[in-house]
Amino acid sequence: MGRTLAEKVWDAHVVRPEGGAADGVPDLLYIDLHLLHEVTSPQAFEGLRLAGRPVRRPDLTIATEDHNTPTLDIDLPIADLTSRTQIDTLRANAAQFGIRLHSLGDADQGIVHQVGPQLGLTQPGLTVVCGDSHTSTHGAFGALAFGIGTSEVEHVLATQTLPLAPFRTMAVNVTGVLPPGASAKDIILAVIAKIGTGGGQGHVIEYRGAAIRALSMEGRMTVCNMSIEAGARAGMIAPDETTFAYLKGRPHAPEGADWDAAVAYWRTLRTDDDAVFDTEVEIDASALEPFVTWGTNPGQGLPLSGSVPVPENIADDDARTAAQRAIEYMGLVPGTPLRDIAVDTVFIGSCTNGRIEDLRAAAKVVKGRRKAEGVRVLVVPASARVRLQAEAEGLDRVFTEFGAEWRNAGCSMCLGMNPDQLAPGERSASTSNRNFEGRQGKGGRTHLVSPVVAAATAVRGTLSSVTDLDLPAGTDLSELDGSPLPVVNA
Amino acid sequence: MEKFAQHTGVGVPLRRSNVDTDQIIPAVYLKRVSRTGFEDALFAAWRGDPSFVINQPAYAGGTVLVAGPDFGTGSSREHAVWALHDYGFRVVISPRFADIFRGNAGKQGLLAAQVSYEDVELLWKVLETRPGTEVTVDLEARTVRCEDVVVPFSVDDYTRWRLMEGLDDIGLTLQHEAEITAFEAQREPWRPVTLPAKHLPDQPIVSARAV
Repeated sequence: MGRTLAEKVWDAHVVRPEGGAADGVPDLLYIDLHLLHEVTSPQAFEGLRLAGRPVRRPDLTIATEDHNTPTLDIDLPIADLTSRTQIDTLRANAAQFGIRLHSLGDADQGIVHQVGPQLGLTQPGLTVVCGDSHTSTHGAFGALAFGIGTSEVEHVLATQTLPLAPFRTMAVNVTGVLPPGASAKDIILAVIAKIGTGGGQGHVIEYRGAAIRALSMEGRMTVCNMSIEAGARAGMIAPDETTFAYLKGRPHAPEGADWDAAVAYWRTLRTDDDAVFDTEVEIDASALEPFVTWGTNPGQGLPLSGSVPVPENIADDDARTAAQRAIEYMGLVPGTPLRDIAVDTVFIGSCTNGRIEDLRAAAKVVKGRRKAEGVRVLVVPASARVRLQAEAEGLDRVFTEFGAEWRNAGCSMCLGMNPDQLAPGERSASTSNRNFEGRQGKGGRTHLVSPVVAAATAVRGTLSSVTDLDLPAGTDLSELDGSPLPVVNA
Repeated sequence: MEKFAQHTGVGVPLRRSNVDTDQIIPAVYLKRVSRTGFEDALFAAWRGDPSFVINQPAYAGGTVLVAGPDFGTGSSREHAVWALHDYGFRVVISPRFADIFRGNAGKQGLLAAQVSYEDVELLWKVLETRPGTEVTVDLEARTVRCEDVVVPFSVDDYTRWRLMEGLDDIGLTLQHEAEITAFEAQREPWRPVTLPAKHLPDQPIVSARAV
């Protein structure tokens, strides 16, 4: 019987097979790339020091500062003392153990899941780990990439391996053509709403089908990024010409004969025709429209044309109780059309939707307009390189003329570890990945949306799609994608 | 890691599903660089409510948390396990755990015991009817006992063995160092390395300012 993509990558990394014989007994897997950041690494380095162990492969390890870093005044000492201590700790650990670090103010600093791909370090067929659940992002390249806890971070630093129990496999087949105005974000929000926050538990998801093939690398990263929100350990997409074109010429991409050898291998990284998945799910992309969440977990989402659910109409006890609690926390009235929900803040950024194509798509919507009165709009590029590119394309001016704040790179309001937070009761439309209670600030209320919906919402002040705006006659909605704006620095 | 065979303690019914790791410990508490002292951060957003279950005197000193399905979803932060452990919990019972949380729990000697939803209901009923009731969790027999309710739980064989023996993962792996070295010798030469560092030309980054 054939093997799935995930199984092929797994099999190529088994240092010591143990699994299969008994329940939960792990294989020992080799790790090709280990990404570090300031929040989940200090206790791991401390563990190494206490045990007198070195880092086995500093040359397969890279660190950046992203989770708690400010997006303003980055040239000044970090005002928050505990954040500063955590950053200083990472710098000291990187220096002591010889690990490459891209610090705040460096052109390669940024969200760890953008830094790996933009440097060309994230490649097909690799095993990639990081002490961050959104490591699934790197699966867009056909890598087996997953988040780990701090004990596992220490384990990888010490041994460059991890004992892992085999995963089950799931195919999510996304067929058809995505309608204009809908995006990769709407695909993944629809997938999560369909299978639930626990639907992917124990599985590696492979996203397949025409709608996935049609996505750019950045769109694929958005899809794989939120695999964890469906409970999956990882998400993957088989590499193809789109993948190779993205990688070619990046700083750490193979060159010359190495490139040819790598591409030859990468072409074998696809699920065999006779392979069988443990679970299969079908989604028709042509039926999708912009999706938004109304509740406090990413599975509580609906098409924008819908209304806040009425809990009494939900048959399942547990789902009804959860919906009641979520609606109460979110300060919503059951039955309210989602388009009538007014927001205080719009956040465009994060490892889900903070890349150049996301910024372009949002900029096209807001160009030449003014933001709605009283709405705060924060635009936070995923990395310093993304910020530089956006500035070279004039996007910063589009956003600032719209009335948005153009910030430095980092995780920012996605998780509110830095000063970018919602106040209690404040409501956001956010291009990030989690609408958990208090995620963006204690008492904050989050609606997850795509960059285009975020931009349209910033124009109108209520949850909106681009079709709710007054568009010039003849506007082609399919041009509101991630391609560069027609006029550059005019 | 301490060995774990059997544990008896007050059961705490947490009648919620999808208790994500942002609820177990909000991100603002993740800035510490120590591995202990996270007990004050556990369920921080809910602790202010006097009626929240762990604030009720009858459940004080509880060590067995009985929660709804999809416990520990979201962020990979191991701080969630540290906070539960530092507070005094030794066992979490749920019908379904997020994968990363379950893995993290096993590293720290916190038992993540999977019990069917129907059986969790039975446990909740006893613990809510008679607050302060003790629960006994037997890892050898894989059973949870709470008064006359005795229900099975599942945990994979490997995690159970490691918990019962109190084994350290890194030490176990380093017994196979020769195999790791042999694996490294046959890796393809084009696989990427982070050092020496390559990148696009450096460019100055201008700081954004408050508007």
